[in-house]
Amino acid sequence: MKFTDEFRDTELILRTSEEIRRLADPARHYRLMEVCGGHTHAIYRFGLNDLLPSNIELIHGPGCPVCVLPMGRIDDGLAIAAGNDLIFTAFGDMMRVPGTHGSPLEHKARGADVRIVYSPADALKIARANPSRHVMFFAIGFETTAPSTALTLMRAKAEGIRNFSVFCNHVTIIPAIRAILDSPDMRIDAFIGPGHVSTVIGCRVYEWIARHEGKPIVVSGFEPLDVLQSVVMILHQMERGEAKVENQYRRVVPWEGNRAALKVMADVFTLRSYFEWRGMGFISQSALALNDTYGDWDAERLFNVPGIRVTDPKAAQCGEVLKGVLKPQQCKLFGSECTPENPVGALMVSSEGACAAYYQYEHRKSQLVSIPA
Amino acid sequence: MCLAIPAKILSLVDNPAHGAMVEVVGVRRRVDISLVEPEGIAPGDWVLIHVGFALSKIREEDAYDQLRMLAALGETEAAVQEVRGYFEDTAELQAKEDSYP
Repeated sequence: MKFTDEFRDTELILRTSEEIRRLADPARHYRLMEVCGGHTHAIYRFGLNDLLPSNIELIHGPGCPVCVLPMGRIDDGLAIAAGNDLIFTAFGDMMRVPGTHGSPLEHKARGADVRIVYSPADALKIARANPSRHVMFFAIGFETTAPSTALTLMRAKAEGIRNFSVFCNHVTIIPAIRAILDSPDMRIDAFIGPGHVSTVIGCRVYEWIARHEGKPIVVSGFEPLDVLQSVVMILHQMERGEAKVENQYRRVVPWEGNRAALKVMADVFTLRSYFEWRGMGFISQSALALNDTYGDWDAERLFNVPGIRVTDPKAAQCGEVLKGVLKPQQCKLFGSECTPENPVGALMVSSEGACAAYYQYEHRKSQLVSIPA
Repeated sequence: MCLAIPAKILSLVDNPAHGAMVEVVGVRRRVDISLVEPEGIAPGDWVLIHVGFALSKIREEDAYDQLRMLAALGETEAAVQEVRGYFEDTAELQAKEDSYP
């Protein structure tokens, strides 16, 4: 047990685990996808697989923003920075993600002006403090970070700050779930819905998954008990032959989402007709771009974008792992050529990537040599 | 980036910044609260912060649960680093830039 010391409700966790064993039909195999990378991290960290019967399989979904970003977009962003002598800003998560000619951090080591920011608002502050330089913010993330980029752009426009732009890579979660359901090699029985994304988009937007696809989806918190309770709620639905949207994470997620956040996103962004996702290919209407009102702050309009497309290294099987077709440890490079210290694919970079999470908690455990007493 | 960091509102800062001084894991910083203002925010309230912006108002007990969760995931240090990273004004920015290798 990995959480005994950290959570008060160990008893309840064990009882919930027993309830899952009672509810699961031994004649069935259950494939449940946790959409969010935060859940993937928590599942490995707390060893939740050990608390589930072997016929409940957790499939790791596409909800890790740096993992699904195609390498070509990183190359494009870095090429714009190099070609225009500008200040390239991005979240720390992006800094070690490999591009064709190295990560942003390696570009910095070679002399590029690359700076970590923890908030898009800080990228704007760098622009205010350096009026003679152009500052580009490399924006990534789902609906949890898109509103903050939108508000920052609204502020830049209101203040008339013209030496600031956004290279927008924001993606939206619903089209990715649709792509998964449309994919012939993925049979998912139900979804553990994302927590913090749902804070913004709410729960109603998932209703088509239940109504039209016949799959249960339960929006879940991140603690061990949250995830296990969500599994119970899913099994109850399946036992009754139902499919509906339920909200296990009511203490944080309102059913209607955050209207103010949705409003600022609608004011600043427009849907791209399509966007490439690593491992999943092109998904229509799955990403955001700046709308015409914010065209003057759109790095893709201000600068020439090379439009680089890169196929992942042949031996790395990030795509299969991202779609849940392969487990991380089944990839040929896992743990040998591709490690968190020296990542080949993005799934090994972020702690929310399935490979990094598996490596950190499961792989090391399996490498321990037990010493006879 | 995907960390949801619980923070306690200390004081509200005048518009148009829509800011509030918050304390989070022992660090005081200004964050943007415009996305939770419709819910009504007052000193003493707790919010969940993503990349410098409050996205939801939460109960105090849930805030402590979330802090324990961050610790269990080994992400407290990352959260402290993130919040320290939100800088306040030009002087702080200069100090930060001076510290770049």
